[in-house]
Amino acid sequence: MNFSTVRALVLRYLYLYTRTPIRMVELLFWPLVHLLVWGYLTQFLQQNVGDDFPHEITFLIGAVILWDILFRAQQGVAIFFLEDVWSRNLLNIFAAPVTNADYLGSTYVVGMMRATVTTVMLAVLSMLLYSFNVLSMSWALLPFVFNLLIFGWALGMVSTALIVRWGPAAESLAWAVPFFIQPFAAVYYPVEYLPTALQWVAKALPCSYIFEGMRDVLKTGEVNWGELGLATGLNFIYLAFAGVLFVRVMNTAREKGLLTKFSSQ
Amino acid sequence: MEPSVLQVSGLTKTFGNVTSVNGISFEIAKGEILGLLGANGAGKTTAINMVLGIVTPTEGRIEVFGKELMSSRIEILRRMNFCSTYTQLPGNLRVWQNLKIFGQIYRVKDLKRRIDEVLEMLEIAHLKNRVSGELSAGEGTRLNLCKALLNRPELLLLDEPTASLDPDIADKVRKVVKRIRDEEGATILYTSHNMRDVEEVCDRVAFMHKGKILYTGTAEETLHHFEEKSLEDVFIRVARGGEIKSNPAKEEKS
Repeated sequence: MNFSTVRALVLRYLYLYTRTPIRMVELLFWPLVHLLVWGYLTQFLQQNVGDDFPHEITFLIGAVILWDILFRAQQGVAIFFLEDVWSRNLLNIFAAPVTNADYLGSTYVVGMMRATVTTVMLAVLSMLLYSFNVLSMSWALLPFVFNLLIFGWALGMVSTALIVRWGPAAESLAWAVPFFIQPFAAVYYPVEYLPTALQWVAKALPCSYIFEGMRDVLKTGEVNWGELGLATGLNFIYLAFAGVLFVRVMNTAREKGLLTKFSSQ
Repeated sequence: MEPSVLQVSGLTKTFGNVTSVNGISFEIAKGEILGLLGANGAGKTTAINMVLGIVTPTEGRIEVFGKELMSSRIEILRRMNFCSTYTQLPGNLRVWQNLKIFGQIYRVKDLKRRIDEVLEMLEIAHLKNRVSGELSAGEGTRLNLCKALLNRPELLLLDEPTASLDPDIADKVRKVVKRIRDEEGATILYTSHNMRDVEEVCDRVAFMHKGKILYTGTAEETLHHFEEKSLEDVFIRVARGGEIKSNPAKEEKS
């Protein structure tokens, strides 16, 4: 990976946001809507449901924040590619001395930046509006964030690979792919509430361990390091798989001339 | 004779049942400008895309600077560049921002100065702070050319660079192309439908038809070979039938 190439590609993204601040709306608006909806639902449940309801209902707010980290990281990779498609700049990039590693490295950085912006905003607002302190997860927050970023990157690469393979008509996958897995990811409810067969799907997703882990930390203050390690291991498998898929699809795209089709549509 | 900068042999590209490029071979010597001519669908752009490494050949070999393209792709791409009428630079960035990004990707030294140089060369220095998407088609094409010249490419691929330009600007672009060949020793592969471009700029021309190169030679040799008065006549004749042996109308008269 060449760092000056990565820097240049990231710089392009930064210019894009500083040139058109309206893009920040996309980065801030939807997370804010989710926070408000789930935040007020949490308050409603806390005040109106009986004592047998778990007191740690604030995990819904934590879930909104952590889900957004995964989603923004995925978007960082997938939207980065689409920006080049929309501006008919794709051939300029892929006919330049940019390796797959340079390209993916810059999408990771952009994904991380996007996740940071929304996480900081959501953390501050959840503190102000609902007295939910994301830092109450203490040091466990770091491995949680790290794992969600990695899984987000992996999903982003898969989304991009599918778009490259199926063409511009598949653009909506950039937004849809994370939501394919959300019902099984234990974001808002524990894995045990899923039907048995779907629990196996959930256990195959590294993010389900993170959301379960978050609930454990908020409930008991304890981190299940074994499951966190399992999530990390799974994450690296997914990341490697997504990387191989991306490279193979790019090779296929070169064989079938798919990249040139993006610039002519 | 100067060594070949680009050497293409037996290059074929098949998409399903369609053969876009069919076993073409050509080479370009250092400092030479070769015009690749042919009607729409002749295979010129596919050939250029293969030389850029964004389309993988089905068969054949591409050597640039004496190295096989796919095995030394990044190293080779650093020393070449391209401008195509089919691409644009991001329209929501300013002209200087676009050039800065590509300058960094191509590792251009003294980038700020080089950006000013290429903008001056293409006579769009006054547009440096303009948003790229607000440029006219001609200005946008010249910005693309600025990007292509940033890294002082030793091999430059120009795919219909004057397609959207008025005659005045097209003339200036032709002069720039000759200037970078003369002053910087660039080797250029040039596709165009504009025969005036070709006559003025290219040292040799290669006529393509249905994926094959029918004839390669200087403009004079080509006219003599096809027994036509202008390259435009040759172009039309090749586009309509690909007849290369001799002029059938003249044969009938004799």
